[in-house]
Amino acid sequence: MNSKENTEKSYTEQMRPDVKMQSIGLNAWFGQKQALKDINLTVKANAVTAIIGPSGCGKSTFIRTLNRMHELVPTAKMSGQVLLDGKDIYADEVDPVQIRRRVGMVFQKPNPFPTMSIYDNVAAGLKLTGAKKGKNLDEVVKRSLEQATLWEEVKDDLKKPGTSISGGQQQRLCIARAIALQPEVILMDEPCSALDPIATAKIEELIVNLKNDYTVVIVTHSMQQAARVSDFTAFMYLGQLVEFGETSGVFENPKNELTEKYITGKFG
Amino acid sequence: MINNYAFRKFKNRLFFVLCLACVVIAIVPLLSILYEVIARGAPQLSWEFLTQGPGTIGVSAGGIGPAIQGSLILIGLTSLIGIPVGILSGVYLAEFGNNRYASAMRTVNDVLTEFPSIIVGITAFSVVVLTMGSFSAIAGAVALSFILIPVVARTTEESLKLVPNSVREASLALGAHKWRTTLSVVLPAAKSGLVTGTLLAVARIAGETAPLIMTVLGNTYFFQGFGQPMDALPLRIWRNALQPYPELQAQGWGAALVLILIVLALNIGVRLASRGRFRK
Repeated sequence: MNSKENTEKSYTEQMRPDVKMQSIGLNAWFGQKQALKDINLTVKANAVTAIIGPSGCGKSTFIRTLNRMHELVPTAKMSGQVLLDGKDIYADEVDPVQIRRRVGMVFQKPNPFPTMSIYDNVAAGLKLTGAKKGKNLDEVVKRSLEQATLWEEVKDDLKKPGTSISGGQQQRLCIARAIALQPEVILMDEPCSALDPIATAKIEELIVNLKNDYTVVIVTHSMQQAARVSDFTAFMYLGQLVEFGETSGVFENPKNELTEKYITGKFG
Repeated sequence: MINNYAFRKFKNRLFFVLCLACVVIAIVPLLSILYEVIARGAPQLSWEFLTQGPGTIGVSAGGIGPAIQGSLILIGLTSLIGIPVGILSGVYLAEFGNNRYASAMRTVNDVLTEFPSIIVGITAFSVVVLTMGSFSAIAGAVALSFILIPVVARTTEESLKLVPNSVREASLALGAHKWRTTLSVVLPAAKSGLVTGTLLAVARIAGETAPLIMTVLGNTYFFQGFGQPMDALPLRIWRNALQPYPELQAQGWGAALVLILIVLALNIGVRLASRGRFRK
């Protein structure tokens, strides 16, 4: 009991004010298969942290542990800690629903709600969580769509189905849906992998702008994308964190041989 | 070489013809039934036939009003009991059914779906009729619910499973609770499947006869109360078909046509009412 309190306290003290999230000794499994091995990583506030690595290295699993989406997979298990503002989001008294409200997520494939209009998709977060009380929905929808740089394109079609717009627009709609709740952190799981280069460029520009208000963690297959949008880069391989540092450092002067091989395209 | 090609082409033709033949074999009896019912039933239709009770033999044939009323009451009452229970069971199986208890329930449910309806009738007879001490509309609705619930539960589960998981995750990732996700996101996305499945099930119970013999019994009066025996179209058809009098047999044909029309009207009506903005 005493030692637990002590460790918690020391973690809290370790947290610098500019650190938004931190994983400590994080392991994750799917059934018997270990997907993450002892990940220790800090996510800085108001910055973009990119996670790169070959397919199956655990990138997606890692960010899904950051908002407790990992545990929705029936065979999933995890151990270790994930701190959000210095508090363990896996502590017994924490409801995952509250964590997901604070740590939003954008998925690989655009997934607007098929039965809702563009407007309702953006307002969905507020409606589904009962947080719309005392808020002007019209204003929230407009502001979120503007932040997601989609407002000009859809402002006359707000009543149309969310699935009626193009893939790139749908993905920005999903980003608008996430930011409508004004989360503290936004996780993005390969948000551009289903999009063409023009839509990708728009979303990348948006990501860079988002860090003024939010902390962003993005998983990406594209090293160029990581280099373009992120402030920090983590390279993962076979479930382990191989290298982590400022993006310029990781790309120009990698410390680990594996990282160098990966970013120069020798494998992966 | 040429021969081989000709033979393959012939096999292709043969396959097509066989498929077509099977379709014809399946459809001919259906069309002939429909034709018979319309040809023999349509002349019966009149305002009196639809609204009056049965008359006296030799004086006037009367109508099948009580049977129509009874069938509508039965369909409504059964839907009221069966659809909510069925849909909620299906929701449990699809959204929370990742455990051994649920797979056992799924198996039992599948068996119940194929249960002989006369046994369902006997069950309702011993559980409701004997307990209440009388044949009754309620007993009929309970029996029909036994048939309706497993079918609705199964189709609900299947329709919900067709909703992509990414949609659920999108909602959960916004911080919505599971029940809210199910109610506001998953169920609406599965709506068209739900409506179709439920309609088919209701159409099926509308035509059930065997369970009604054991439960509502049938009589010649208009609605007397939920605790009293009641007439219903399938019962009326069955009883009239057994009668030696041509007028009554003809009435049976009319009743059959009315039953078909009611099912059709239900189908079209619900489809129109549930047509959403985002129908594909």
